[in-house]
Amino acid sequence: MTALPPFQTLLDEHAENVMAVLRGAVGRTDAEDCFQETFLAALRAYPNLEDDRNLRGWLLTIAQRKAVDHHRANGRRPIPVEEPPEIAVTDPEPSDGVWTAVGALPPKQRAAVALRYACDLPHAEIAAALGCSPEAARRSLHEGIKRLRKELA
Amino acid sequence: MKAAIDRLTARAAEEGLLDVAYATADSPFGPLLLARTPKGLVRLGLPNQDADQLLAELAERVSPRVIEAPAQLDEVRRELNLYFEGKLESFDLPLDWQLTDGFQGRVQRAIAAIPYGETRNYTEMAIRAGNERAVRAAGTACGRNPIPVVVPCHRVLRTSGALGGYGGGLPMKQALLELEGIR
Repeated sequence: MTALPPFQTLLDEHAENVMAVLRGAVGRTDAEDCFQETFLAALRAYPNLEDDRNLRGWLLTIAQRKAVDHHRANGRRPIPVEEPPEIAVTDPEPSDGVWTAVGALPPKQRAAVALRYACDLPHAEIAAALGCSPEAARRSLHEGIKRLRKELA
Repeated sequence: MKAAIDRLTARAAEEGLLDVAYATADSPFGPLLLARTPKGLVRLGLPNQDADQLLAELAERVSPRVIEAPAQLDEVRRELNLYFEGKLESFDLPLDWQLTDGFQGRVQRAIAAIPYGETRNYTEMAIRAGNERAVRAAGTACGRNPIPVVVPCHRVLRTSGALGGYGGGLPMKQALLELEGIR
């Protein structure tokens, strides 16, 4: 195994990307908290990382886990609303139950679903993040969606 | 993004995850690379040394948790600035000696004890480190000093009085000696 590069390299090369993905996943306001959690978790685990070939994918996988955690935590917490919204929302956030169900999926499926729908990544990027082939990523996504449909039906 | 990374760095330090903090500092000779662990200053890179290479070595030999965190090196930078202005004679900085051991470590600790404005020769350093015949090895140990300037290997000369060598180049060694009023 070659030595791991200084952690700063990961910040220099991937911080923008992780932040962008998290903004897509949890919104601008909460993205920074998830960003902190993502990089602190990465920093904790980094010295024991055995495979440094896909550091970006590794970071994005942690980011999607933090995004799912965030959605689940929000799902449990009632959000106070001062006044009912006047305009109907055309593109509502998925209901809390969805993210709880996503959180309960097997790891590969959960990651694939979150990267696709929370992080808005295309199949090729999901494959890179998970360290698998695009076909395998597509399969995990498909199986995850199938299972969610059943759970939520 | 910078604010987010600054906050991350501060939290990493609080949680004991910042194994190596580094920063660059200006000097009359060009940019210096400063690196510290929670124990103290562990590495000082001179202007002619490859910073990326030094950081890769720190990642391998100390910990891969190497992060640029200038605030962690404020005190080091402050003392270095004063030293280069001729306003500070003795550094009061905790040092982390983990990049050195054995005979070389003993030579380097002996170097750290040479007072401002004085010089020693390689033979004296060999004796101080406990092996008067290892003059050449003492020279090598000076050359491998991980914390030059603060550990003043520029104060070690050949027995003849000739400058000998310096990792930062002989003009820098000469200039540091002049700064200290030696030659």
